[in-house]
Amino acid sequence: MSLVETIQDKYNELNTFAGNGLLGSMREKAFEKYNKSGIPTSRHEEWKYTRLTSLANKNFELNATAILPSDEVLNSIRLQTEYAAELFFINGVFIKEISSFQNDAMVVLPLNEAAESEHKNYLHQHLNQSSKYMKDGMNALNAAFTANGLFVLIKKDKVVDKPIIIYHLTDTTDDNVFVQPRSLFVIEENAQVQLIELYKNNGLQESFTNEVIEIAVHENAKLEYYKVQDETENCHHVGTTHVQQVGKCFTHCVTVTLNGGTIRNNINMILEAPNNEGHLYGLYMVDGKTHVDNHSIVDNVMPNCFSNELYKGIMEGNSTGVFNGKIYVRQDAQKTNAYQSNKNVLMSDTASVNTKPQLEIYADDVKCSHGCTVGRLDNEALFYLRARGIDEKQAKALLLNAFASDILEQVKPEALRTYIGKKINERLNIDEL
Amino acid sequence: MLSIQNLHASIEDKKILNGIDLQINAGEVHAIMGPNGSGKSTLASVLAGRNDYEVTYGSVEFDGVDLLEMSPEERAREGLFLAFQYPIEIPGVSTTNFIKTAVNETRKHRGLEPLDAVAFLKLMKERMKLVKIDQSLLSRSLNEGFSGGEKKRNEIFQMAMLEPKLAILDETDSGLDIDALRIVADGVNTLKRADNAVLLITHYQRLLDYIVPDFVHVLYNGRIVKSGGKELALELEERGYDFIKQEVAEEV
Ligand SMILES: Nc1ncnc2c1ncn2[C@@H]1O[C@H](COP(=O)(O)OP(=O)(O)O)[C@@H](O)[C@H]1O
Ligand SMILES: [Mg+2]
Repeated sequence: MSLVETIQDKYNELNTFAGNGLLGSMREKAFEKYNKSGIPTSRHEEWKYTRLTSLANKNFELNATAILPSDEVLNSIRLQTEYAAELFFINGVFIKEISSFQNDAMVVLPLNEAAESEHKNYLHQHLNQSSKYMKDGMNALNAAFTANGLFVLIKKDKVVDKPIIIYHLTDTTDDNVFVQPRSLFVIEENAQVQLIELYKNNGLQESFTNEVIEIAVHENAKLEYYKVQDETENCHHVGTTHVQQVGKCFTHCVTVTLNGGTIRNNINMILEAPNNEGHLYGLYMVDGKTHVDNHSIVDNVMPNCFSNELYKGIMEGNSTGVFNGKIYVRQDAQKTNAYQSNKNVLMSDTASVNTKPQLEIYADDVKCSHGCTVGRLDNEALFYLRARGIDEKQAKALLLNAFASDILEQVKPEALRTYIGKKINERLNIDEL
Repeated sequence: MLSIQNLHASIEDKKILNGIDLQINAGEVHAIMGPNGSGKSTLASVLAGRNDYEVTYGSVEFDGVDLLEMSPEERAREGLFLAFQYPIEIPGVSTTNFIKTAVNETRKHRGLEPLDAVAFLKLMKERMKLVKIDQSLLSRSLNEGFSGGEKKRNEIFQMAMLEPKLAILDETDSGLDIDALRIVADGVNTLKRADNAVLLITHYQRLLDYIVPDFVHVLYNGRIVKSGGKELALELEERGYDFIKQEVAEEV
């Protein structure tokens, strides 16, 4: 059975099982929307270069529960670091039992419990805000199946001094799986948090992840968000990170793609309050047949906001890349400062990148800049290093490492930076940094 | 040590070197002078192995082996060093790491153990003193934001670290003030031994007051048109390159 058919088949069953209430009505509306738009094809303007059709026609299991992995597997994916909370999604389902979050700075609940709790107003306010920007079927599809998600509240004035780590493990030992993690984070006034999402997989069958994470950041709060994709080629991924900067606040988001099959990352930064500041960084370093597509939206709604965006790509083998950076400056958003840059290095003749800035500016007093490059490693630099006795392969590695370093520097939690740095060096065959 | 015979080279079908003959023995200092565009940097680049240039004729032997067959890194490991006329900036590559990698690659090639961190730092400190280069420069990215003079000094520092058999200095003197020039010259003189050699490319005789050459060659239109002792440099200084151009014209 194709995924498209499985979705129809499973919807009623899962929807009934998940109950009514706030999530129930969201599911219903979303399923209607999904049925209208379906899984996007390359005819869809936003999906021109990222093809999902063959995945939609493939057989994937879709389950509301997951089999728990062994401790050994869990240990193998853990970062070597202290944490404020460690939260596990196994095949898209948040598993409270193996997560740990004893911390008085935060509230952690399964999303369906949160919908019935004293925090349900936050769900009314922030859940599914991403659908205003993501009009395609994938976003609706996630909402249509939202039940076993995650709700995290960082309490007012709390500074969480160690990272919160979300591990997404896709287990494809037995079957192809379609998984849909869903999370809502609310960062209250004056709170500060570092959030890490690490994607890992286990098994040789294929996985197709369709994630939505929404993060609402309130007045004077500070968010650092890291999404790291370290799965193998049999894992496909469509994900949306929706950051809603409700009050004047500071956000810093980094997306790192180390490997995978067909990947589409959407990141939205909505600057809803005056004087907001947001930073977006990305690094993708892929080879083989990996396809990686980063779509970003920076929406300047109010005046005096600042945003800076830098994405860098290293493309080897037959890999293909897409960068699409939208910047909206709304009519009221005078004195906007918005910067965007995308730089790519092609390491083979068969790798390619399609990069496109898209600026829509409706205010007159703004400073915006964008730039993109797709090129080879600098020959002059290569020669300089070789002329000092460094062989060609190592010289290339040094230059690529240097190229990646300005994104790596943006990864503030040391354990994560070390983890990514090691992966990069392994790929480049460098012994030490 | 270096034996260049009838070397012709071109770039994009444009002939630049038109038959160069040059013999450099261990212990010697040679200077190549010549007007802008005569092919000095091209000669240096061809010797170092830059692949933009095509060698169309001739041969180069370095300690008895065919230099032109070797990759740039092999040449460097064999002991050929080029101090670039325009050292480029490489952001993100740490100067210290880069030099450590270079030193250890060369040591490996010579069958020596790599220097550990302590030994490397010790060597670095010692050679830093020699060229009076500041630690703060070396902890930055390679040449990034260095002034012209700092870049040149960094070249000589790298030379001091790598201890080449043959050092080719391409206009290392230009853009240096007199103090910096003296420091660079002192460095080169200190490193000079009976078993290595230096090829100075310059178009001012000024440098040659500090590093005294055994031979001076004049390069013009891709050929060495005149060779002599150090007094040739003084003559050029006095009379300019025009008399050379005239002499060449008369020969034809
Ligand atoms: N990459 C290049 N492409 C085309 N012409 C070049 C290139 N490099 C050097 N040339 C030409 O070769 C000639 C010699 O240049 P160069 O070796 O730099 O001279 P010098 O160092 O003596 O000033 C000049 O006419 C210069 O324009
Ligand atoms: Mg020159």
